Amino acid sequence: MEFTVPIGPQHPALKEPISLRMTFEGEVIKHADVRLGYNHRGMEKLAEEKTYIQNLYLTERICGICSHSHTTCFAQGVEKLMEIEAPKRGLYIRTLTAELERVHSHLLWLGVAGHEAGFDTFFMYTWRDREVVMDILETLSGNRVHYSINTIGGVRRDIDEVQRKTILGSLDLLIKRTNYYTGIGVNEPTFVARIAGVGKLPRETGIALCAVGPTIRASGVAQDVRKDDPYAVYAELPFDVCTADSCDVLGRVVVRVKELLESYKMIEYLLKNLPAGPISVKAPRKAKENEVVSRYEAPRGENMHYIKSNGSDKPERLKVRAPTLANYPATLEMLKEGFIADIPLIFAAIDPCICCAERTVQMVDARSGEEKVLTLAELRRYSIDYYKKNPIRKEAEWPF
Amino acid sequence: MAVLKTLLYLFVYPGFLFLIVYSTFCEWFDRKLYARFQNRIGPLHTGLSGLLQPIADFIKLLAKEDIVPDAADKGMFRALPIFGLAIVMTAILYLPLWHYDVRLIGFNSFPGDLIVVLYLLSLPTLVFFLAGWHSTNFFSTIGAARVLTMLFGYEVPLFLAVLSPAILAGSWRLAEIAHFYQQHPLLLLPNIIGFAVALICLQAKLERTPFDIPHAETEIVGGIFTEYSGKKLAMFRLMADIELVVGSGLIAAVFLGGFPGGLIRGFVYFIIKTLAVIFLLSLMRAVTGRIRVDQVVSFAWRYLAPLSVLQLLIVILIKGLFL
Repeated sequence: MEFTVPIGPQHPALKEPISLRMTFEGEVIKHADVRLGYNHRGMEKLAEEKTYIQNLYLTERICGICSHSHTTCFAQGVEKLMEIEAPKRGLYIRTLTAELERVHSHLLWLGVAGHEAGFDTFFMYTWRDREVVMDILETLSGNRVHYSINTIGGVRRDIDEVQRKTILGSLDLLIKRTNYYTGIGVNEPTFVARIAGVGKLPRETGIALCAVGPTIRASGVAQDVRKDDPYAVYAELPFDVCTADSCDVLGRVVVRVKELLESYKMIEYLLKNLPAGPISVKAPRKAKENEVVSRYEAPRGENMHYIKSNGSDKPERLKVRAPTLANYPATLEMLKEGFIADIPLIFAAIDPCICCAERTVQMVDARSGEEKVLTLAELRRYSIDYYKKNPIRKEAEWPF
Repeated sequence: MAVLKTLLYLFVYPGFLFLIVYSTFCEWFDRKLYARFQNRIGPLHTGLSGLLQPIADFIKLLAKEDIVPDAADKGMFRALPIFGLAIVMTAILYLPLWHYDVRLIGFNSFPGDLIVVLYLLSLPTLVFFLAGWHSTNFFSTIGAARVLTMLFGYEVPLFLAVLSPAILAGSWRLAEIAHFYQQHPLLLLPNIIGFAVALICLQAKLERTPFDIPHAETEIVGGIFTEYSGKKLAMFRLMADIELVVGSGLIAAVFLGGFPGGLIRGFVYFIIKTLAVIFLLSLMRAVTGRIRVDQVVSFAWRYLAPLSVLQLLIVILIKGLFL
């Protein structure tokens, strides 16, 4: 017997609205389909109405977890458009925040993975220790979530000696804890039984479907913007790209835990080799007519901003390609032939951030299943035409 | 006098009143332990260190809107929570508490009452299955299928594990089994494998982590309870709490030497021994993650069933060679 089950838009496994339609035979998934567009916020349009400096705070609000990645990505692009370069110390602090953000995002993900696997104790422990890195971020920037540390041409806050010592001190605890979680993640039998061999994404399929971030790295592809196309100060930082060959959720856990340890190494290096000097340069208000693509390795994978300037102090167009969007095709592939019980884990393994990824309105014809993308003008014309042809019914019945 | 004693037995201790109060206490104990294992505080505000929290939750649920879905089988949907509650409440009457005499056979203690308790503990599973099935919701239906699939895994190992101490004691009557081990406490030791197997199977029967598959919230929302709300959900929750008490009581009676010493001492023994069992169950809940339903069945047949057969073998050898 085949039956279709909707997972989402509201479902306890999904913290954000997205709809997955699964066709099952018994407990086995035969077909998976994804429906997007429940969380469209019109941010790209809004960005065209605001100045570059205002947009910095707007892009920060694209995501609550990788807020720094979006601002850095945007600021980097705008700096290129304005032909200025942030000073070394500014870039060091920017990178430091980026790595701290990666630590907090990966710890958060580990907890979520534990929760999706029904291992709530793991969830509680990782989230407790995530507080340490949140406190570090608060010491650094004054904020826990939206750090607002970036500005065009550098950063807004400097680090003093006391902050440096505090952060280095807290780091030891984090390293100890992360090693402990590595032990649990790969040794606890019930947890490993759930994640090993689940959500297979073979290397070739991963490359063909353009997966990014830890998802593709767990399939044995050493793809990392920090190494491939170094931005900020990554070119001079000592770190390795972490990969795993198991191509499953276990591999994605291993990659993320290894990346945590790499991040600690980088944070230590950044703090110990912090150069002296100014933290920012003064940026002009306007940018010459040009266009730029800025790439950034967010905790979830490659984040991409396309910015087009027109000579004024506002961008002509901003396009955001968040890593989650790049990972959807691969996720659908991973879900096939899996069990119902594995859906949340497989889906969580790409660390989905729906609110980052929602960019377009998609119309789905419920009867034919046909999909088309409409612009706002088309949508408006469609609604006017529709009501010309079909007069508003007075005794409309609620269909449910 | 006998009638009064029976009424007391049915309605006060260990019947209705005691069972409800004690099961809420056990829920609090379990929640508090689980929270402490996870570095949380747990229930805190309602009553002394949150003791009244389960009761508050129960009353809150009673006051909530009670929805019966249109597509559901209304009669079964309404009847099942009450039916399930009645079953688990009946089951406790067969535990050898104080209202029995080893020499006399009564309505609550007779040869074979071990089988009756096991039977009464199997019925709630069926109730859960029917509840899920008659909700006619996708998630409930999947949950219901999972309930039955799991039943095929853990039921046989549980029966085998519980039977081995009975064989060693040479009786199918709970009171006599408990009495036998009170006389020979050292003979409890050979049953240690069976004890472990029975604990794991009880955890599966109670559908707690790592076996909380039928209502795994991240996979199938509320599972079998998706459509239940208000009073009916409150009944089911109370039923699960009472099942926890009865299940741990059964393990304590069979593997831990029962509850000797009449009303007062027996009461103290009952509390201590059931709480010890619940402690182990909470620990298991805290240190494991949820496994898949196919893994439950293969785990049960690959490890639990052979272990319980091994336990039977050990018991038979001991009985043949030494007793």
